[in-house]
Amino acid sequence: MDYDFTTLASFTINQKAFLATIILGVASGLLGAFVVVRRIALVGDALSHAVLPGVVLGFVMCHMLGIDKNPWVIFSCAVSIGLLGAGMVRAIESTTRLKSDAALGIVLASFFGVGLAMQSGLKDYIDNRAGISTYIYGNAAMISDADLAAMFWTTFVLVVVVWLLIRPLLVVSFDSGFAVGLGYPVKWLNFIFYTLLTFSVVVSMQAVGVILVSALLITPAATAYLLTDRLYRMMLYAVGFAVASGLLGCYVSLTIDSADVPTGPLIALTAAILFGLVYLMAPQHGVISKSLKVFRRKQRINRENTLKAIYKMLENEGFAHDGVGLRDLAEVRKRSIEEVKLDVQRLRKSKEASFDDAKSGIYLTPSGWRRAVEIVRNHRLWELYLTNQADYDADHVHDDAEKIEHVIGASTVRQLERDLDFPVLDPHGKPIPSVSQTMAQQSDGGSQKGATGY
Amino acid sequence: MNIPALETHDLTVTYHKRPVLYGVDVAIPEGNLVGIIGPNGAGKSTFIKSIMGVVPSSGGWVKIFGKPLKESLHRVGYVPQRESVDWDFPVTVMDVALMGTYGRLGLFRRPGKKERMIASESLDKLGMLPYANRQIGNLSGGQQQRVFLARALAQDSDLYLMDEPFAGVDAATEAAIIKLLQEMRENGKTVIVVHHDLQSAQEYFDMLLLLNMRLVAFGETKDIFTQELLHKTYGGRLTVLSEIAEKAAKQGKDVQP
Repeated sequence: MDYDFTTLASFTINQKAFLATIILGVASGLLGAFVVVRRIALVGDALSHAVLPGVVLGFVMCHMLGIDKNPWVIFSCAVSIGLLGAGMVRAIESTTRLKSDAALGIVLASFFGVGLAMQSGLKDYIDNRAGISTYIYGNAAMISDADLAAMFWTTFVLVVVVWLLIRPLLVVSFDSGFAVGLGYPVKWLNFIFYTLLTFSVVVSMQAVGVILVSALLITPAATAYLLTDRLYRMMLYAVGFAVASGLLGCYVSLTIDSADVPTGPLIALTAAILFGLVYLMAPQHGVISKSLKVFRRKQRINRENTLKAIYKMLENEGFAHDGVGLRDLAEVRKRSIEEVKLDVQRLRKSKEASFDDAKSGIYLTPSGWRRAVEIVRNHRLWELYLTNQADYDADHVHDDAEKIEHVIGASTVRQLERDLDFPVLDPHGKPIPSVSQTMAQQSDGGSQKGATGY
Repeated sequence: MNIPALETHDLTVTYHKRPVLYGVDVAIPEGNLVGIIGPNGAGKSTFIKSIMGVVPSSGGWVKIFGKPLKESLHRVGYVPQRESVDWDFPVTVMDVALMGTYGRLGLFRRPGKKERMIASESLDKLGMLPYANRQIGNLSGGQQQRVFLARALAQDSDLYLMDEPFAGVDAATEAAIIKLLQEMRENGKTVIVVHHDLQSAQEYFDMLLLLNMRLVAFGETKDIFTQELLHKTYGGRLTVLSEIAEKAAKQGKDVQP
C-alpha cells in the first residue's frame, strides 16, 4: 500500500475532523441524490441502522485477532451486515404481502436492537478505548489516521464507480423496465447501487453516528432537489450542501466548551437549517418567492381594477370629462376615501394616473388609459366569447370575466377577436373599446354609442 | 426467409403463484402492425413484459427473429406504460431520448455527437425538439408519450413492443403516433401495441391478437374482428362492451370488399 497519509501525523485533531466531514459529505451527497430521486429515503434510514451489529462484530473480531481497532475490519463487517439487512427487506417483500415500509421497519428495528444487545452483551470482547459509542452518536474528534484513510479510499472507490456507471444507474433509477430492455444487467446494477449506498453509510457513521447518517444522505439531496431539475447538477449541489453541513456542524461541535456534544446531531441540525433556508428562499420553488409572486399579482389586479373603475366612470358620462373625483371613485369601488387614496397613490407610482389636489380629480396618463382599455376589452371580449361560443347566459358571465380579464395574454385576445369576428359590442350592449384609440377618439365614438342609450 | 419476428411457445406467467397468462403460442410475421386487445386484467401488459424479461415467465420460451431474447435484445425496442415512471425525475426531454442510444453504447461508453444527433432527429420526428431542454414533468400526457416514442425511435430496433401508447393522450398525439407507427411498418419494422379501444383497433392494425389470460385468436384484422371472437375474448360479461364490439364489427363488414 503506497498511499501517502504519513503527513496526516502533522494534522491536528480538528483538521482531521474537518477532512473527515469533507470526505463523508462527498460520499453521502452523491448517493443521497439517487436515494431522493428513487424515493427510497427510508431504505437509507434502515440501512444505516442495520449496520450497527456489523460494527460491533468488527470490534469483536479485532479483539479475537488480537489487533488494535482496525477500520477495514469494521468497514467490511458493517457493509456485509448492511447488505444482509437490505437482502432481508427484499426477501420479506417478495415472499409476503407486506410492502416495503413494513419490511424496512422490521429490519431497521431488529438489526439495531441486535446491535445494541451485542454491544452490551459482548462488552468483554470490545476494546472500549476505541469508543464504540461514537459509531452510534457520531464524534468527528475521535477519528484516527487509520479511520481517515479507510474513509478516503472507500469514498474514492464510490466516486469512481458512480462516475463509470452514472448512465446505467440513471436509467435503472428512472425506468427499470426500459433498462431491462436495453440489456443492462439490472439486478447487478441494483446490487452495486445498494453496495455503494452501504459504503456511504459506513464512511459517515463514525463522524455522524448510525442513527443520523440518513439525515446526511437525505436532507442535503432534498435541499438540492428544491434548486434544480437536472440530476447531475443535483448531485453536485447535494455534495455541496452535505460538505457544508458537515463542516459547520463539526465546527460548532469542536468549539463548544463541553467536549461531550456529539457531532452527529449538530451536523444533522445544520443540514436541516440549510434545507429550511433554501425552502424559504429558493428562487423558483421557495416559499418566500412564491408568496412574493402572489402578493405582486394581487397588487397588480387591484391596480387594474381601479383603472377599470375609472374607465367605466368616464364611459358612463360619455367621456365628457377627462377625470373622475376621489369621492365618486370611492363610492364606485365601495371603499373608504383613505383606501382609494392609497390606490391612487399606487397608480401615481406606476405612472398610470395623476392626481390634481386642487380639484381632487384623478386623471389617467396615456399608459394608464391603455391598460384600462385593455382590461375592459379583455372583460367584454371574454363575456362575449362565453355567451356566443360556450352558450352561457348573459347574466352568468360577469364573475368569470372579472378573473379572466387579468390573466389572458395578447395571443389569447387575438384568438378571441378572430373567433368572434372582431366584435364591437359586448353581450350587455356596451362597446368593446379598441386599444389603439386615444381618449379623445373614444369620446367621439362613446357619445354616438351613448346616444343609442343603454 | 419466413422467420417470425416474434414467436412464443407455451408462454406462461404467474404472479404470487396465481397464473395470469396460460400457454400462449403465437408467431408474429415480420413487417406488421399488430394490436393486442382484451379486457382489463387479461394479461396484455404482462404478455409484453414477459417477452422482454421484465416479468419472469414460469414456463415456455420466446424467440425473437429465430433467436433467444438475449441474442436479439439489440433488435427489440420496449416502450413501457407512461405511468410506470416518475415524471418528477430530474431529467430533460433530451436526456430521455438519449437513453434510446444507450443500448448500443454498452455500460461505460458515453454518448457523443452522433448519439445526440440521433436523439434530436427522433425528437424532431415527434415534434418534441422545441421541448428538448425541459424537465419531463412540465409536459402534457400526450407530450410525455411522444418523448417515450422518441426514445424508442432512437433505439432503431426492428421489433417494437409498446404498452398502451395511446392511453391518456390527446387526439392530435394519437393521430401523430398512429402515423408514425404506420411509417415504421412501411420501413419493414414490426410493431406490437397493447391497445384498449376496440373501435380504433380495427382501423389501426393489420393484425390483431385477442388475449384473455390465454390466446383467444391471432390473425389478420379482417378475419379476427368478428363478433364471435370478440365475445369470446370479453366473455360477454360486459354487455356494453359486446354491444360496441357488435357495432364496430358491423362497420367493419361494410368496409370489407
